[in-house]
Amino acid sequence: MDAEPPPRTALAAFIDPLAAPLAAGMATIALFGLFVAAAGKNPLEVYRLMAVGAFGSWFSWQNTLLRASPLLLTALCTALPAQMGLVIIGGEGAFVLGGLAAMAAGLPLADHGAPAIVVQVVMAIAGMAAGGALIALAGALRHWRGVNETISSLLLSSIAIAVMNQVVEGPMRDPASLNKPSTRPLPDADLIGNLPGMDVHWGLALGLIACVLAWLLMRRTTFGFAARIVGGNARAARMAGLPVGRMTVIVTALAGAAAGLAGMIEVGAVQGSANANIAAGYGLSGILVAFLARQHPLAVVPVAILLGGIGASGGLLQRRLDLPDAAVLVLQGILFVALLAGEGLPPLKEWKARISR
Amino acid sequence: MTQDYRISRRAVLAGMSAGAVFSTLPLGSARAAGSLTVGFIYVGPKDDYGYNQAHAAGAAAVKAMEVKVVEEERVPETIDVEKTMESMINLDGATLLFPTSFGYFDPHILKEAKKYPNVTFLHCGGLWHEGLPDNVHSYFGYIDEAEYLSGIVAAHVTKTKKFGFVAAKPIPQVLRNINAFTLGARSIDPTITVQVIFTGDWSMPVKEAEATNSLADQGVDVVTCHVDSPKVVIETAEKRGLFTCGYHASQAALAPKGYLTGAEWNWEALYPSLIDDFKAGKKIPGLVRGGLKAGIVKTSAYSALVPDAAKAKADAIKAKFMGDGFAIFAGPIKDNKGATVIDAGVVRGQTDIELEKMGYLVEGVIGSTS
Repeated sequence: MDAEPPPRTALAAFIDPLAAPLAAGMATIALFGLFVAAAGKNPLEVYRLMAVGAFGSWFSWQNTLLRASPLLLTALCTALPAQMGLVIIGGEGAFVLGGLAAMAAGLPLADHGAPAIVVQVVMAIAGMAAGGALIALAGALRHWRGVNETISSLLLSSIAIAVMNQVVEGPMRDPASLNKPSTRPLPDADLIGNLPGMDVHWGLALGLIACVLAWLLMRRTTFGFAARIVGGNARAARMAGLPVGRMTVIVTALAGAAAGLAGMIEVGAVQGSANANIAAGYGLSGILVAFLARQHPLAVVPVAILLGGIGASGGLLQRRLDLPDAAVLVLQGILFVALLAGEGLPPLKEWKARISR
Repeated sequence: MTQDYRISRRAVLAGMSAGAVFSTLPLGSARAAGSLTVGFIYVGPKDDYGYNQAHAAGAAAVKAMEVKVVEEERVPETIDVEKTMESMINLDGATLLFPTSFGYFDPHILKEAKKYPNVTFLHCGGLWHEGLPDNVHSYFGYIDEAEYLSGIVAAHVTKTKKFGFVAAKPIPQVLRNINAFTLGARSIDPTITVQVIFTGDWSMPVKEAEATNSLADQGVDVVTCHVDSPKVVIETAEKRGLFTCGYHASQAALAPKGYLTGAEWNWEALYPSLIDDFKAGKKIPGLVRGGLKAGIVKTSAYSALVPDAAKAKADAIKAKFMGDGFAIFAGPIKDNKGATVIDAGVVRGQTDIELEKMGYLVEGVIGSTS
């Protein structure tokens, strides 16, 4: 008896998922503006400086992209399992373990004079395997033992960080690293270089590729379709004969592998060795990115760049306006809360339905 | 129907054009012709009553000079610090940088020093060695001298003869402080013991509070620490009615009932003098080192709790530090497992490089390095 709903236009399909984040973004800008005004600073000047620090010059852009690159991968650690309805927050552990495993695998090879590309590929595989194993464990515990994957991934992450600290202070410690326990450094020749013409390492390219692959997997393959069915209703999926357990393990392993790869890039391109510095919170920021991107693998890209930009401009706020570093945390906090609050709002088409009723 | 979307679309366009406008805006440059811009980078908050506050006090002293100071706090020892250094160089025109955290050095400062040969990097920590780029220098202080004096003072007020030491990690710098504090105390009363608790990291406020409470429960009556921010340890000890000795900066304001003295950095003396040298074009040595005599470290003013006998004894040793020198690590010294680590007759002076590889706890310390 009801008329067919009007076909969704391309524009509507494009804007619908963007409406809530945009509203949240604007609310954030307004609220944070009030906050800095209360701190006695001109909000317009704050936003101008942030724009300049994040995107105002080629230097700023590279700064932003460099900070965004690990987030592209660690965000996938949360975004991929989210397609199956799992909330994984153990990316930090997978990142750290990935970095450690990469060093453990790469150092002996480098010692034997293996070509740089071989060292790097083996490091990447080791990092991905270690990160993947950690998060897959959370997935497996969830499926076969009914353990809440959010809690278990968080706790496994703590264990991973403790293991890393123990190993770099014990078995893998470079005796020369007196006051900063670290593994031996990779030879300079084996370090991952920069993208051509840029001051940004290859991690950016790998992150972008991983996001596209994740999107293809989840939106353009039967496996991804099945995974999203599990996310919609795991019980129904099981009834339909889908191998839910196996899929859970595969998806969580891929998620952990993404974060593990980010850890490998951190040691291979930035730090040159594994030490407590690699637990710098990239895995945690990845959770934020994934939620802000509404778990969409492609949306991870702009969101990671946005957060990279906020990070890149934070220093300028401190130096030019004498705002404390916490100001940037306040901004991220407001953004996150506004976005989560926005999730609860009905989508636009329901508003239309209400209005026309 | 499409009306509903108009606002969003407009907002998108507005946002895009705003972005375009922003990206063409010139930088509000802090560069002023001829004047020197100095950048300070801290790993933690500037007001932590500890490591970072001590450096920020040095930066504040520099601000009083005719130079422009830019500061950034809470910069992790990752790509972040590399980008902060570059941002200070490129956007603020800084030509002299003080990246103050130990972990900034390798690989971050070394990378940037090669990239910007015209910028001078002064690093706190003392990892410098021959062969590094010419524009990298390091400075550090023999703060164990002040720790030794704290131990002497504390030994005069203790009733239980049990001290507590909350420490971050069993690395040479920390072990040297624990050992100097212990040797100072035991030079007054050899029955004194020092219980050490390692928290595992530089900033672990919850563990630091737990450690302090457990020390109080064990009957310890003097507590000191070597963590990034002594605030939690000192405040917790104050609540438990313990005597305290400070570290990094003065925590006297946090513990009016228990604070005795403390080992402090004196960056507010060193930094202006380094900058004077820099401006005058004098060559800064690769390794700037010194203790009380060089004015790189200092002790907190004695509180009213410190008896005259303690002041007299500590001042006498301090006079030696300020004069011909005094060796804290003079053999025979045994570690707390009974092995001799410095033979009788061997005197390890402050500049002895062996002391920078310290891996033991001296006799009288209760605890283990692993």
